Amino acid sequence: MASKELNSSDYIEHHLQNLTFGKCSDGKWRFADGHLNLKENSAHQEHKEYTCEVKEMGFNAIHVDTMFMSLLLGGVVAFFFWSIAKKATAKKPSKLQNVFEYIFDFVRKQVNDTFEPKNNKIIGPLALTTVSWVLVMNLMDLLPVDLFPWIFNGFQSSTEHGPVHFFKVLPVADINAPVGMALGVAVLIHYYSIRNKGLGGFISELTLQPLGKWAIPFNMLVEIPGFYAKQAALALRLYGNLFAGEMIFILIALLYGSMFDSISGAMWGVLGVFLHLVWAIFHLLIIALQAYVFMILTVVFLNQAHQTEH
Amino acid sequence: MNFNYTLVGQLLAFILFVWFCMKYVWPPMMKVLEEREKEISDGLDAASRGKRELEEAQVTKVEVLKEAKNEAAELVNQANQRASQLVEDAKTAAQEEAERIKITAQADLEQNTKRAKEELRSEVAALVVAGTEKILKVEIDQKKNSDLLDEIAKDL
Repeated sequence: MASKELNSSDYIEHHLQNLTFGKCSDGKWRFADGHLNLKENSAHQEHKEYTCEVKEMGFNAIHVDTMFMSLLLGGVVAFFFWSIAKKATAKKPSKLQNVFEYIFDFVRKQVNDTFEPKNNKIIGPLALTTVSWVLVMNLMDLLPVDLFPWIFNGFQSSTEHGPVHFFKVLPVADINAPVGMALGVAVLIHYYSIRNKGLGGFISELTLQPLGKWAIPFNMLVEIPGFYAKQAALALRLYGNLFAGEMIFILIALLYGSMFDSISGAMWGVLGVFLHLVWAIFHLLIIALQAYVFMILTVVFLNQAHQTEH
Repeated sequence: MNFNYTLVGQLLAFILFVWFCMKYVWPPMMKVLEEREKEISDGLDAASRGKRELEEAQVTKVEVLKEAKNEAAELVNQANQRASQLVEDAKTAAQEEAERIKITAQADLEQNTKRAKEELRSEVAALVVAGTEKILKVEIDQKKNSDLLDEIAKDL
């Protein structure tokens, strides 16, 4: 137990680190040190005149695990939807089509209830994409935190130096993913605000309220942070909820770290599995809820962007 | 909280998936759902139309039935009349026939009677002559007697 307590902060840190590919201090693009143990890397490490730490990369880096998982999941969902939509019939729907129609009708109803302007071509697909993509990404939270690193390392522990040292399976626990989505929504909010209210109308909404033109600085101080906080909160809400859930899973995973080493380890492990189950059941609610909330807020914000009167 | 190109990548992926959904998923599904809505409303229309038609048919049925009944009754009436007419005609014809047969029979009877009388008369006359001859056993004037006999015969 003593050695595990020493390691536990390392373990947590290890699981909070994305698999990062970026620009190293020598100006070349490669995986950060220790992230991926390729042969050429070990050759570099022998005469090491530079380091390649994640924090040196700054913006010039990309999280390979986040991109891989989100594209894989999005691709699977998109393919699933496409294969059903392609064969969809009005007369005798297949079982899969029924399932999809249930989801589809749910999204359509939410959009119709919340979104006032009709004949908007983008809002429906946007809502469907956000809710389904976020949901499947959130669901990755239920997988054991060590599962994917273990698989990618040829079924070995990744805390030893396997070929893939870091791998975070949950894309939304990487701030980039929710912010990237919220950025897309923010672009649409600005686009529709300016299109429907005019640039002047959009600016006056941020400056001439709530106190009229004699209090423009005050109005700006109130309205502009409020306007952008909504969009930032859209991303941070999702990120925070899922990151926290992931954190709990990592802490639980600590319990069954030495499951096969000793009898006490096995007992801790059994407790860990039990806690994992309990937390997973509870977290399932958050997973679905956050996906739903992200979709609804997207629709609500875009609806506000269409309202010409405040 | 380390932002990097992943942000851009996620934004692009998001745009890509929304675009894909907008182009290949949403329109066909909407089409299918609208088609189904139309089919259902068409079906309901057809059902109410069918109901109305059924009601109309019910009314027509009653009318047609009534008409048919009337016609049948009329036909039966006509047939009855015709039958009684036929019976009547047959009766008349039979009566006429019977009459005629009776008349013919009577005529025959009269004729036969007449002939029988004639024969009887001549036979009686011959018998009388013979009888008289025997009684008298005398030659009598054929001529005188013959006149007498004729007279008797007339009285017979």
